[in-house]
Amino acid sequence: MHNEVLLQMQGIDKAFTGVRALSQVDFTVRRGEVHALMGENGAGKSTLIKVLTGIYHKDAGSIQFDGKEIHAKTALEAQSLGISTIYQELNLVPFQAVYENIYMGREPRTKLGTIDRRKMIRDARGVLEGMGIGIDVTAPLRNYSTAVQQMVAIARALTINAKLVVMDEPTSSLDSKEVEVLFSVIRRLKAQGIAIIFISHRLGEIFEICERVTVLRNGELAGVFDIESLNMQILVDCMLGRAFTSLRRSKGAYGFAGAEEVVRLQDVSWSVRLNGIGVDVKKGEILGLAGLLGSGRSELCNILFGAVPPDDGSILWLEKPSDIHTPRDAIRLGMGYCTEDRKVEGLFMHLSVKDNLTMALLPQLTKNGIVQRKKQDAIVQQYIERLAIKTPSSEQLVRYLSGGNQQKVLLARWMCMNPKLIILDEPTRGIDVGAKAEIEALIQEFSNAGISVLMISSEMEELVRNCDRIVVMRDGKKLGELIEDRITMDAIMDTISQSHSDILSSRKEVPA
Amino acid sequence: MNVKQAVIGQHERIPLPDLLKKFSVVIMLIILLLINAVFTRNFFSIDIVWLIIMQCATIILTGMGQTMVISTGGIDISIGSLIALAAVVCAHLLPYGVVVAMTAAILACAVMGLISGFMVGKLKVSPMVVTLSMLLFARGVAQVLNDGRILYIDKYTNFEFLGQGKIFGVLPMQIIPIVIVVALVYFIIEKTAWGKRIQAVGDNSTAARLAGINATGTIISAYVFSAMFAAVAGLVLVSKTGGADGSNLGRMAELDAIAAVAIGGTSMAGGRAKVIGTLLGAIVMQLITITVVMNNIQYEYAQIIKSAIIIFAVFIQRESRA
Repeated sequence: MHNEVLLQMQGIDKAFTGVRALSQVDFTVRRGEVHALMGENGAGKSTLIKVLTGIYHKDAGSIQFDGKEIHAKTALEAQSLGISTIYQELNLVPFQAVYENIYMGREPRTKLGTIDRRKMIRDARGVLEGMGIGIDVTAPLRNYSTAVQQMVAIARALTINAKLVVMDEPTSSLDSKEVEVLFSVIRRLKAQGIAIIFISHRLGEIFEICERVTVLRNGELAGVFDIESLNMQILVDCMLGRAFTSLRRSKGAYGFAGAEEVVRLQDVSWSVRLNGIGVDVKKGEILGLAGLLGSGRSELCNILFGAVPPDDGSILWLEKPSDIHTPRDAIRLGMGYCTEDRKVEGLFMHLSVKDNLTMALLPQLTKNGIVQRKKQDAIVQQYIERLAIKTPSSEQLVRYLSGGNQQKVLLARWMCMNPKLIILDEPTRGIDVGAKAEIEALIQEFSNAGISVLMISSEMEELVRNCDRIVVMRDGKKLGELIEDRITMDAIMDTISQSHSDILSSRKEVPA
Repeated sequence: MNVKQAVIGQHERIPLPDLLKKFSVVIMLIILLLINAVFTRNFFSIDIVWLIIMQCATIILTGMGQTMVISTGGIDISIGSLIALAAVVCAHLLPYGVVVAMTAAILACAVMGLISGFMVGKLKVSPMVVTLSMLLFARGVAQVLNDGRILYIDKYTNFEFLGQGKIFGVLPMQIIPIVIVVALVYFIIEKTAWGKRIQAVGDNSTAARLAGINATGTIISAYVFSAMFAAVAGLVLVSKTGGADGSNLGRMAELDAIAAVAIGGTSMAGGRAKVIGTLLGAIVMQLITITVVMNNIQYEYAQIIKSAIIIFAVFIQRESRA
């Protein structure tokens, strides 16, 4: 039974309005195996899964499933073929009973044509017990933890006689005990000959549960491995693409050892994402946070900026304990935050460049509540010129600007506040090369002007090029700090992929 | 830095559909005027202009508050009942003086707006549900205060002058509250930091919070103003009709106000507020009625035409999603 090919996707192409999301991707899953699909954000994992499950339609290529060529046009069609997907956000109905969720849309009928609740309840109980889960199936789903809800989603997949179950980050909101339960269920499914595509950003899990790994990078196939032939190092290298290491780093000695401290986070914990992490930023330095997706970098920034209250830990601002409860508090202290997703969390797409640029500065631009037009126009004009924002006028709506120019507007919003610290989460994502260079030059300018920068980037080269110091994170913990000639792609990746015991023995501390 | 060359003045063209969106209400107004120029006799007379203004008063006044609320991403369907509440409070207190009565009516509605705003902004209850409850509550209070009867105010001629009088014998008095409220809202939206915040919260509340904006306070303020403008509309109505009918005054006014905002181009999902758009939208709504009535067509047809216009306006202004 093993080694028999269940799913074979070949030469899959998919483009969205000119942007290539998948290019000639091959992907093979065998019957009864747990197969990891890996890659950083934007690598094409989700697109590939959506092509498989009929949500997107491929531009080219073929999909063979269970010996037949398939062309699923809807998720329902894929499901009826035996492909079930368990999404990151569970698509279940929390207010309905567990058994109703399992049979939703295909409830068994009695002879009279009414819904056969007794059969549903009995069967639901049977399926869950088969997975080793004994719960009251008549209780509403929301009474149970996320882990149990996930099990219910899996049970639903089983009752559809799925041959292939896709799990998109099933562990992202589970604690370690719950992950164990999930894994034992996965092993049972495997024993029944059901294949599983497993997507997770927690690398450790891949080695624990998966047999084979397919890695995507920038929409292309980057490698297929048997788990035995793989280690953390090879996997990380493959995901991030160590091949192109042509980068120039102009920075020399670390000159901030004695510099004044701007902010210090101490023992910060939040949910399962941050586990007692401490980070400090010195005046005028560019500090990079390196780590894979899900390592807690953005969460750390959200807490620093007051957008999310930490469960535990404290923040020292200029060496004094500070109460940062809202972004307003953080802004008042002198922080600015360019969020990861500028469209969702940063910009006001239907408002003008001018309004977007000065939104945080408004308190300083108003007199008796009235915006001082001349002062506002002068500042807007100054930053449009200084950042070379390409816009026909300051009244242009931000949504008509290109990604790079939108990012510049967001940067300008904080620059014009004369901040002490600017937090940049993925400042160059989705921006063309030219604008990227301009933004990197700006980051350097901040530093020269004594403004501290806390920067997150999934592009290691970008961190290496720009940062004075790099903090490497994994699973919400600090693994190490790198400075001077230790700031290289290799060192970052080595640190990420090191096991815990290694880190303790080889960590290079920053000279105090 | 070589990036310093200014690139302003370079023209990125706004696509034609977007231009149509932007000026849709103007186009509709022109079409309506043209239709009337051809079919309606004696349409272009000064009396008609005053007639439109008189009849538009309620829609314009409530439409201004509605523009603010919708701009924050909410909706206020309680304004019809608040009109009645203001009218009843005012009629009851007229014996104590015109100023006292008017102030009390506006304050009473402001408190109602504060309650709605608090529930929406702070407690995050759905605006539709909150203001629907307020619709029932305020109407109920108005009816209780009136004990089911209509309060007549014909002996307070100085108050009636507000709704019925004419300045210099020609200009209807109602133009004064209209001009004041429209100018005030236009000023708030276009010139003040508060107006910018209202639109920012409606456009993207997450981004607004991260830009240091107090979203809760901003939302509450919009509901308070919406309620106060409804009160002004109630005062105008009661002085025009000479009686405060707690049961029927202002019924369905919220629908006209929301329609005016929709036609005027303010996004129903919140964001950019179009004050002048709402003003024109209100006139369009009233013009439809006048056109139908002056051409001896049954009034019911006006409603049918209005519904088509509203759908058309919202349809051409909809966001095209990629």
